[in-house]
Amino acid sequence: MSKLRVLAAIAFVVVIAAAIAAFAIAWRPVIAAIEPPAPQSFDRALVKRGRDLAAIGNCNDCHTAPGGKAFAGGLPVPTPFGTVYSSNITPDPDSGIGRWSEAAFRRAMRFGVDRAGHHLYPTFPYDHFTNVTDEDDRALYAFLMTRPAVRATDHPNELSFPFNQRFIIAGWKLLFLKGGTYKVDRSQSAEWNRGAYLVDGLAHCGACHTPRNGLGAEEANASFSGANVENWHAYAINAQSHAPVPWTQDALFHYLRDGWDADHGTARGPMAEVTANLSSVPESDVRAIALYMASVFGPPPQGRDGPAKGNGAQAAAADQPGAAIYQAACATCHESDRPLPYSGIDLRLSTALSAPDPRNAANVILSGIRPVSGERSPIMPGFANSMTDDQLVALLQYLRSRFSTRPPWSGVDQAVRNARQTETVALKTSRGSDSAPGGLKQRDKP
Amino acid sequence: MMTLKINGHDHEIDADPDTPLLYVLRDDLKLNAAKFGCGLGQCGACTVIVDGRAVLSCVTPLVLLKDKEVTTLEGLGTVDKPAPIQRAFMEEQAAQCGYCIAGMMMRAQALLQRNPKPTDAQIREELQTNLCRCGTHMRILRAVHRAAHLMDTAELTNEKGSPR
Repeated sequence: MSKLRVLAAIAFVVVIAAAIAAFAIAWRPVIAAIEPPAPQSFDRALVKRGRDLAAIGNCNDCHTAPGGKAFAGGLPVPTPFGTVYSSNITPDPDSGIGRWSEAAFRRAMRFGVDRAGHHLYPTFPYDHFTNVTDEDDRALYAFLMTRPAVRATDHPNELSFPFNQRFIIAGWKLLFLKGGTYKVDRSQSAEWNRGAYLVDGLAHCGACHTPRNGLGAEEANASFSGANVENWHAYAINAQSHAPVPWTQDALFHYLRDGWDADHGTARGPMAEVTANLSSVPESDVRAIALYMASVFGPPPQGRDGPAKGNGAQAAAADQPGAAIYQAACATCHESDRPLPYSGIDLRLSTALSAPDPRNAANVILSGIRPVSGERSPIMPGFANSMTDDQLVALLQYLRSRFSTRPPWSGVDQAVRNARQTETVALKTSRGSDSAPGGLKQRDKP
Repeated sequence: MMTLKINGHDHEIDADPDTPLLYVLRDDLKLNAAKFGCGLGQCGACTVIVDGRAVLSCVTPLVLLKDKEVTTLEGLGTVDKPAPIQRAFMEEQAAQCGYCIAGMMMRAQALLQRNPKPTDAQIREELQTNLCRCGTHMRILRAVHRAAHLMDTAELTNEKGSPR
């Protein structure tokens, strides 16, 4: 009997200790609310720097709902665990971050904890933002706190149990959040380090381009190997790249800065927003990102020198059902002599047609590419209304066999059905008029 | 040789399967409402309706049209008996040079068929693929609203049994 009692007592102590440990791991203090600081209290040069950093961080993309006010949140982000809605990061005192001190903002960026001490879902990529320096966090804070305050209460997330319990995020962080800011690699140039700091930190490129494990964390040993995001495939941007012509530093710079490159075509889908943002930041930062990413791609592997111009990649049977569709609906633009970005790209150069699956190609054929207002940009009509699913499948199979050296896709029917379902959502190829952190107007007067 | 149903009538078409629908309409059938603007699917002047949805006929080859039904502006109404969409565009004087207007009307018609009471934003969103270089956009917007109203009241009269 007494032995049982001792065991019970030990069990009790263990349970209590575990509870205390869990509490200690999960509990975060409230950071006191402040009176919203006056916009004039921030240094203008600091705000300007914050604007550029926010553009590099692509903050507007997630924190602005389609047609909504800039940074007021509300964008649904689908995840394998449910839908998470982005939050209002305008300085509204009640529904935004108006009462957050700089320390509270920095804690959110570095540790994923809000002012009230709640753990934030890693949909907010603090696993990258933890790299951001105090200085840059200060500039971002100054920029956000000087935006127009928008009253917009956060939309509740749609997550099932147990994912709707925020304390479990503390466990996720124990496993996957490596604290500490960016460590300079002394063996590399200052420009390379600048690029690495931005790519791995604020720009959070891996958030889309690195595959995630079953718990939604980026796979550390598969950095930049390509991943599926919102029915788009974010291509591999390392040695595993499917691009028919290997990426170079110059091509990367041109693509990221201008949204297109002659050897690779035009950015669209979620990437269009990224390149639109990068068109407005200091050129040196985009050059640094290009330099670093070129080293991530590495030298072109053997046998990937790109297609010989002037020859079809493969002899495709001209009597395939897709051939006539291509000839009449696609070739008028894609085989014209007009220069990019106004003509269609030579499809032998298309990464979409050499990609592991046809989803990006299907998305673009269905929805087309919209012109971006106020910019020189490519344009392509969508064919959702004029092609049946069967016709689109035939076209995709023909395009793959004619313009890629890779084996035929499987599951084209399913990919087409998925693309059709998400057609309207997939149409994210142009920024809304007021969703970007800065058009020229805003850039000139922060 | 293929059979194509246009404005309710079957037509025997003798053309290669990769011929754009626009060429067949204008050159072979002399249905000239749909216009050749850019030939690249970028301006919308060639818009017609295929199975209820707006389609750019200059980049729609015949091979895509098997078993489908095409409607052009000629199929909606005539000078003597204009369709609601045509009446609305006339009453709002929405045409300046008029080159884009047939395409505008066809895309607006397709919109009104699936959404009888569109908002300003929905009309703008739908018509953004159709370009007008004269700048009559505000009149076009009003005309689409007017057409919605005309169609609505026409249906009411029909329900009461009055002749159309």
